Amino acid sequence: MKIKEDGVIAALTRGDAATKLSAIIMGAGLAAHKQLVKGIAVFVIEIAYILFMINKGISCLADLPGLGDSLQEKVWNEELGVFEYTAGDNSILILLYGVAVLVVTAAFIVLWMLQLSRSFKLEQDLKNGKPVMNFREELASLKHQNVHVTLMSLPMLGILLFNIVPLLFMISMAFTNYSKENDKLVLFDWVGLKNFARVLNFNGNIGRQFWHVLAWTIVWAFFATFLNYIMGMILALLINRRDTRIKGFWRFCFILSIAVPQFVSLLIMHIMLQPQGAVNVILQNLGITSSALPFWSDATWARVTIIVINLWIGIPYTMLQVTGILQNIPADLYEAAKVDGAGPVVTFFKITLPYTLFVTTPYLITSFTGNINNFNVIYLLSGGGPTYVGDTAGQTDLLITWLYKLTVDQQYYNIGAVIGIFTFVVLSIVALVTYRNSGSYKNEEEFM
Amino acid sequence: MEKEKHVKLHGRRLFVNVLVHIFLAILAFVWVIPIVWIVLTSLRGEKGSYVSTFFPKFYTLDNYIQLFTNTNLLNFPRMFTNTLIIAICTCLISTFFVLSVSYCMSRLRFKFRKPYMNLAMILTLFPGFMSMIAVYYILKAFNLTEGNMIRISLILVYSACSGLGFYIAKGFFDTIPKSIDEAALIDGATRWQIFTKITIPLSKPIIIYTVLTSFIGPWVDFIFAKVICRANADQYTVAIGLWNMLQKEYIHNWYTCFAAGAVVVSIPIAILFVFMQKYYVEGMAGAVKG
Repeated sequence: MKIKEDGVIAALTRGDAATKLSAIIMGAGLAAHKQLVKGIAVFVIEIAYILFMINKGISCLADLPGLGDSLQEKVWNEELGVFEYTAGDNSILILLYGVAVLVVTAAFIVLWMLQLSRSFKLEQDLKNGKPVMNFREELASLKHQNVHVTLMSLPMLGILLFNIVPLLFMISMAFTNYSKENDKLVLFDWVGLKNFARVLNFNGNIGRQFWHVLAWTIVWAFFATFLNYIMGMILALLINRRDTRIKGFWRFCFILSIAVPQFVSLLIMHIMLQPQGAVNVILQNLGITSSALPFWSDATWARVTIIVINLWIGIPYTMLQVTGILQNIPADLYEAAKVDGAGPVVTFFKITLPYTLFVTTPYLITSFTGNINNFNVIYLLSGGGPTYVGDTAGQTDLLITWLYKLTVDQQYYNIGAVIGIFTFVVLSIVALVTYRNSGSYKNEEEFM
Repeated sequence: MEKEKHVKLHGRRLFVNVLVHIFLAILAFVWVIPIVWIVLTSLRGEKGSYVSTFFPKFYTLDNYIQLFTNTNLLNFPRMFTNTLIIAICTCLISTFFVLSVSYCMSRLRFKFRKPYMNLAMILTLFPGFMSMIAVYYILKAFNLTEGNMIRISLILVYSACSGLGFYIAKGFFDTIPKSIDEAALIDGATRWQIFTKITIPLSKPIIIYTVLTSFIGPWVDFIFAKVICRANADQYTVAIGLWNMLQKEYIHNWYTCFAAGAVVVSIPIAILFVFMQKYYVEGMAGAVKG
């Protein structure tokens, strides 16, 4: 194994006594090498961590494998003559605290490694006669060399607390039987990969629904992305034509719909398309239809309606994007094409389309992943319905809305967590492959 | 011969032009009609959501008056202030977070920079409210889920993770020439001074863009708000309020008020959006005009 020059192993094997001592008494090495204040601070953190573990942490970790087993019970208190409730175990809290303690421990281990390698580095610097920062200089460096520490600590703390810990917690739920089924809401246990098997099993009730929802999610994302893209592009081209008048007015009409908050326009559409809603009533009054059209009550109708309404939402966005790009296509390309005798159709397929496609590929990818996660459109329009009896997923539910229903409405937390993990898998396959190949990731430094 | 061809071509072009304009007019009509519908409904005199005519039988401003004065069931003014407070705090915190992270990612080179960028990308791929239940429990562990603390909860929820959305602002900072930084470094400025005295003043478009997007967020989100507020009606934000007005028990009396509320919320957001669009375009064009 290659030993890194300033790594932990190097510190433990080649460091002096003080450095080696800091493997047990953290900060000792720092204090011995002219960074007393920092050493003391690290030591205080170590003490705090140990106290925390003795008081709470260890018992939290010890409960984690079993997730608790004592129910809340009524116990007769002889002295007072009343029933008292014993504090029963609550698996969800045990799991949450367990995860939190694990994260704290991981952070502590990182600190332990950092202070070891830091102390070894200081030792080396002193030996070689390099200058060593004292505490005041160290503080001052937070405004200069180490300004990233100052700027990033709070945002990263936020991400850790409100994104990473909750995610780990939810992922761990996928391996339990935390669910309303069999009344496992208070006390539950680890069940391994059972939930995954259940979701993937085509013959089971949940599995059948999962494959249906997954198929519809992909169909939806495909249509929503590409129809919007093509039609938005056509619209932009029509408005951008040389002979089109009052361009600004047309653009304004379409942009107006973006400016209205999405949930407002979606709720309005939902109401307008009810059996008794404005659209049906007006169609019947005009004698076009004799009975109400089943916009939300028939699976196929609902799916088509959602895709069409999504066009209403999405086309203006594409139009905005493409308009900017169209105006940037070098004019000499078109002139050269004209000289060569190319008609409008040829110019479109040979110049306009390849150019826009080239520029908008990242936009296409983000909108595809965005559509897989498009909660608002589905939830506010159809609510996932129509839903067949005995199903938890409706015919228009996406993975994401089904996940919401499973957790918030149905309290099938374990299945919900599995669905969340699968959504992530689908998304990351799409995103990682394409994003990592995109120029903006590879050539980041070149840009400057 | 030549002239005839010209006239024919001209005639065809005219025909195509008329066709295109008619087509655009139809589309524009389709896009504008739901918005006209909201405005008309908010002025509608007759109650209820089921109407038989497109235009109201008589017009009134009562819906707006009811929205702001009838506060027994659904206290709209209160929801409005709640949302305003939350939005202001959220946008202050988020803007600070986004700008700091973007600056570090764009300008500084340190060990965990690439890992952080990769991590951010992975984290944003997880569906946001997969963690909602867990976030709720965490907030509960900090005693932030009762009474007025709910507001703090919502502010935290909306702003805590904003450090993940640094791409746009980073892209903007990348366009500020590095030579400016280097010159300042030679003159003895610290990185912190460069950030506050040079980078930020040069970044007006992207700051305004960030402020506006984070300000709009709390007005249009209702999923997190719903889970965290639960039954605490006095803490509701505008989005939950409007959503509630369309539920079965309220829709008959509140439908027209819903439309009025939608108009009241949409107008400021639409105005902000127009500004945002302008600064977004400017931000995309880069800091220093070439």
